[in-house]
Amino acid sequence: MSELAFEKGQQLPLQTFRVTRADLIRYAGASGDFNPIHWSERTAVGVGLPGVIAHGMYTMALAGRAATGWAGSADAVLDIQARFTRPVPVPDTDEGTEVEFTAVVKSVSEDGLVTFDLTAICAGEKVLAQARAMIKQI
Amino acid sequence: MPLDQSFVGRTYPPTEPYQVGREKIREFATAIGAEDALYHDVEAAQKAGYRDVVAPPTFPIILSFAAMEQIVTDPELGMDYSRVVHGDQRFAYRRPIVAGDELVVVSSIDDVTQRGGHDFLTTRAELATPAGEPVVTVWCKLVVRGHGE
Repeated sequence: MSELAFEKGQQLPLQTFRVTRADLIRYAGASGDFNPIHWSERTAVGVGLPGVIAHGMYTMALAGRAATGWAGSADAVLDIQARFTRPVPVPDTDEGTEVEFTAVVKSVSEDGLVTFDLTAICAGEKVLAQARAMIKQI
Repeated sequence: MPLDQSFVGRTYPPTEPYQVGREKIREFATAIGAEDALYHDVEAAQKAGYRDVVAPPTFPIILSFAAMEQIVTDPELGMDYSRVVHGDQRFAYRRPIVAGDELVVVSSIDDVTQRGGHDFLTTRAELATPAGEPVVTVWCKLVVRGHGE
């Protein structure tokens, strides 16, 4: 994907990431966020959630992967932001769930900085709002 | 009780320097499923001009999340953390974080607002080297859910 020449209005290709319970456990350990709503069904249901949900920051980390994927370089992201609007429920199955990312290029600056708006969809619902990244082109 | 607007601008003491470990970067990258060589392979990172492996974009949450403890446990602010929901998050980079970096976090409160019976608290964490080189700014908006729902 590193051959993309970005232009305003361009749709960036779909990137899909699978999320399982094991991913959330691993992320809890790596990030230090051990909030039990991300691993305990009992706790999650007890606070009114449909079940265990992904860390918002896990979904945002996937947005970061999508952004670096579109940029074609793992160190390209200069700015990334998102609002967490809906939870990403992760069922206790081998398949877990999927989050799908697409984006539209909002602007390309003269010095090669590309800003795009991301859309993140899980089970047909937008899970992030005002999700935006700025990357440098390689 | 709504959060007090007078806390806007409050800045907390710098944290002890955090040593960014190569294995921590690899562990974090693996946890988010990122296999990019720059995050794992020292040689590849050096070829790209870095001293060591590079951290993925949301890696600084490890430091900013830990540093935010100062704010959420500030007795004067009096947040009910059991009602806190993560609202927004942003990372703005001066340069990528590289293994071997030492980073100090200075947290402050950028904004306090009320809307629809909820409190919104925007925190800002400035991550810099002990020598004062700014590396990344991390904003986090927390929503403290009101009792009237």
